[in-house]
Amino acid sequence: MPNGKQILKFAAILFFVFSIAFCRIAFAADTSEIKIGAIFAITGGASNLGSPEAKTGEMLVEKINKEGGVNGKKIKLIIKDSGSKPENAVSLAKQLIDEENVLAIIGPSTSGETMQIKNICQENKTILISCAAAEDIINPVASFVFKVPQSDSDAVRQIYRIMKAKAITKIGVITSNDGYGVAGGKQLANLAAENGITIAFSESYDKQETDLTGILTKVKGKDVQAVVNWSIVPAQSLVAKNMKQIGLDVPLFQSSGFGNIKYVQAGGEAANGTIFPCGRLLVAEELPNDHPQKAVLIGYKNDYESRFKEDASTFGGHTYDALLVLTEAIKKAGSTDTQKVRDALENLKGVIGIAGQFNFSPKNHSGLDMNAYEVLTVKDGKFAIYKN
Amino acid sequence: MNLPQIVQYCFAGITVGSIYAIVAIGFNIIYNATGIINFAQGEFLILGAMLAITLNHFVALPIAIALSVVITTIVGGLIEIVFIRRARNASVLSLIVITIGISILMREAMLHIWDEKVRSLAYFTGTGVSSITILGAHISPQVLWVLGVSAVIVIGLTPFFRYTLTGRAMRACADDRMAARLCGINDKWMVTLSFMISAAIGALAGCVISPVTQTQYDMGAPLAIKGFTVAIVGGLGNSMAAVVAGLMLGLVEAFTMSQFDVAYKEAVSIVILLLILVLRPSGLFGKREIAAMRSL
Amino acid sequence: MTQFRRYIPVIAVAIAVIILQVVLSKTGSTYYMTQITMSAFYALVVIGLCLLMGYAGQVSLGHAGFFAIGGYTAAVLTTFNLTAYSNTPVVSLCRSLGLLVQRQDIYGTDILAFSAWPAFAAAILLAIIIAFLIGLPVIRLKGHYMAMATLGFGLIIYRIVLGGRIFGQADGVSNVPPFRIIDGLEVNGRAAFRIESYYIAWFVVLAAMVLAINLVHSRVGRALRSIHENEEAAHSLGVNTYRYKLLVFILSAVFAAIGGVLLTHYNGSIGPSEVTVMKSVRYLVIVAVGGMANLWGALFMGVLLNFLSLRGVFGSYDDAVFAVILIAIMLFAPQGLLRMLNIRKISSLLPRRSNA
Repeated sequence: MPNGKQILKFAAILFFVFSIAFCRIAFAADTSEIKIGAIFAITGGASNLGSPEAKTGEMLVEKINKEGGVNGKKIKLIIKDSGSKPENAVSLAKQLIDEENVLAIIGPSTSGETMQIKNICQENKTILISCAAAEDIINPVASFVFKVPQSDSDAVRQIYRIMKAKAITKIGVITSNDGYGVAGGKQLANLAAENGITIAFSESYDKQETDLTGILTKVKGKDVQAVVNWSIVPAQSLVAKNMKQIGLDVPLFQSSGFGNIKYVQAGGEAANGTIFPCGRLLVAEELPNDHPQKAVLIGYKNDYESRFKEDASTFGGHTYDALLVLTEAIKKAGSTDTQKVRDALENLKGVIGIAGQFNFSPKNHSGLDMNAYEVLTVKDGKFAIYKN
Repeated sequence: MNLPQIVQYCFAGITVGSIYAIVAIGFNIIYNATGIINFAQGEFLILGAMLAITLNHFVALPIAIALSVVITTIVGGLIEIVFIRRARNASVLSLIVITIGISILMREAMLHIWDEKVRSLAYFTGTGVSSITILGAHISPQVLWVLGVSAVIVIGLTPFFRYTLTGRAMRACADDRMAARLCGINDKWMVTLSFMISAAIGALAGCVISPVTQTQYDMGAPLAIKGFTVAIVGGLGNSMAAVVAGLMLGLVEAFTMSQFDVAYKEAVSIVILLLILVLRPSGLFGKREIAAMRSL
Repeated sequence: MTQFRRYIPVIAVAIAVIILQVVLSKTGSTYYMTQITMSAFYALVVIGLCLLMGYAGQVSLGHAGFFAIGGYTAAVLTTFNLTAYSNTPVVSLCRSLGLLVQRQDIYGTDILAFSAWPAFAAAILLAIIIAFLIGLPVIRLKGHYMAMATLGFGLIIYRIVLGGRIFGQADGVSNVPPFRIIDGLEVNGRAAFRIESYYIAWFVVLAAMVLAINLVHSRVGRALRSIHENEEAAHSLGVNTYRYKLLVFILSAVFAAIGGVLLTHYNGSIGPSEVTVMKSVRYLVIVAVGGMANLWGALFMGVLLNFLSLRGVFGSYDDAVFAVILIAIMLFAPQGLLRMLNIRKISSLLPRRSNA
């Protein structure tokens, strides 16, 4: 004879079951909408990426819908927060694919999360447009997987190009130990020899490190001509300050993750002189008026800043680009059939976005090349185009 | 390695060591009065720094810091009254779990009040690029501030706990609560007071380290972990030992970095913690009997 | 008959599981099984931790470390390509013993790697060894010190998997194949295997529960309860407190490792985010909320909370929700949620809580 406690448990389980079943019946599919899923790291370690990405997504979808939608249909963007955790990204990706039947998934924000859902999207034939930079996402190419940020390999090429112009041959590399930093470190190592660069030092520090004078002292001991730091916050601003504090007076190169004026402000006067490759969003005003990207960049910047009262960053731009190329592909395909949209996307050319001009091809699922990057520097606490 | 390099590594070690030490001091106070390990101590530091940074937009730096300390102290007291007091008869396990819960709650609250961006307080003297040169190596003046503030706190607390009535009452509560109550000491308020003092020290510590480490909403937990490591290595409850242990650990980390891959630096402190726990849990400077009285 | 009574909840839950599956299949919402299955695997960790915390009275702030040991071992062994070493004696031996399998990965390259069962065995063995080595010194410590030591253990595992190239560093290990239990029965994350994996998961969970219940009622269990009530008294009566605590520690580590192996095969990947301090804290929260010495409470809360969390129901407030629930329970219902609902106690099955 089961006792009260067991009956209660049983009843609770039944209740749970029926409430789920009931919820399910309540929602029917709405075919006059285009459902697009998005997974961003709105909270957690990568929140400085995911937060502007999510905001941009909301803002842009509202705008598109107000202007009539795509092919006459409104877009429904379903945004999920992965908390910067890949296992959550896995679960959310499955939810979006199986339950919401989304046409495509935008995001995730980090390479680690993207790599873990890459297979799931490919097997389920759902288009994935990642907002993460790692080369591994599109190399080797999986037919349904794309990315919109510029590649870290191209960023490295730009850095080495400037170094060659400055006759720098011996450098020290420090990277954070997260996926972004490690990937950057790999690209730096891969492309060094062909660019005549010797990496005299390359080690990783913990991404939550509170003081970098120790590792920089080690770099200083190798008599390098420049330092390359590949990380996101908070290390980026810390590096600049610590270098000046211990008297390591060589040029500092950073990754494209440096693209937010707040990092410059956090670094104070130490940030002046930093050289880094970046999308042109941050120096949009400085571009000549006939530059193809200028109108798009200024438009996005103003919209974002007036709505969210914070500086626009290149990360938010990735969502913009993802939605842009996706909607262009849908328009070109003239339908929301996944295979047709994918084919259209793979052959999309000449689309001008925040990161650059996209030209996709079956071999190039990133659509961008080295020229998507502009090399920037910091002058008097502001971003400026680097001129030799 | 030449002399400037060695000195530079020493400075790197002192920089991080002083940060660890100042975290540890704060939570030794609560431990001394109540035997509770407050996993939320790191959050007091971040709260203090965040408040000061925001207030600094409206008032001058010293006032901003003072106000932030006051507010954090009140928050510390409220936390004790609302959460800890109710759990008075709970086991050690429950208390650990509760303070962990408080730490998460504070962190999430800070995330939603201040968002995820990295900030830092203005340097007390000089700027981000100023440095003092000694023996060919450089150190930021802010690090000297961290050391200075730690010293002042430790020196200030010793007479407090040894000579003032309140201080001695707090020590009495730690020793034997029932006996203290029988002597007419209001043990409930002593516990609240200990939380308030820890919160105040935490806030001050957060403000002084903020220019060096920068401040982000989720930095509390890693700081706290390093803080307890140092406190345990020194001997739980002994703040002077915590400072020494902190500096030692910082130096060990810095010199490990100089010889091996930087990635091993973190492992070293964890290994030291585990060794101490296994071989000499009362810490390097602690007395053998865990229940023994600790003087600050 | 009294012996059989203790298994009634097992049967009740088994029936509920079957009913749930039928309901979900009929309403076409089998995708919920994804999160339920994942939660079931996480629940294995919780069950083990409940035994450790509630019955042996030991705290562990690093149990995610054992989950990772299981998951990463399985992941690395089943994905590391041994083709380059196929002529070495060790590899040839493994091959002749039938431990290896030749397959193709998603890019079409040929891979020679361990099959799932040997990897599983290795993972469990490793978990036992490490739990034994860690447990030996750590079990002796009291309260706070054990908490710190287990925290340290979790951190070391985190650092190792984050820094080790073979563990994929920050990106973790991906492309882990499904776990073929026998031909035709797999733990596989794909939609076609949903129901299969769901039943396998619940089978393992209920088996673990049966084991746990048996333990609680056995001599070991009684010894543990006596230790929990009053350690000195137990010791004076000749109970080998140390040995029993170590045993439970190792057992809880094995449960966690099994959960890790299965989830890794299910998701097809594992990363350092499974070993963070926050993850260990979550397991702790679930045990506390379910009732420290309440196996069913822990299981129920574990599945429920993880299910909701994985579905993103809590949104950006995920951690905050866990914290609030934790504090609320610890303050208002330290015996756990189900006890608080004031149900008449079953029997002397569960120990009385006298706070030490």
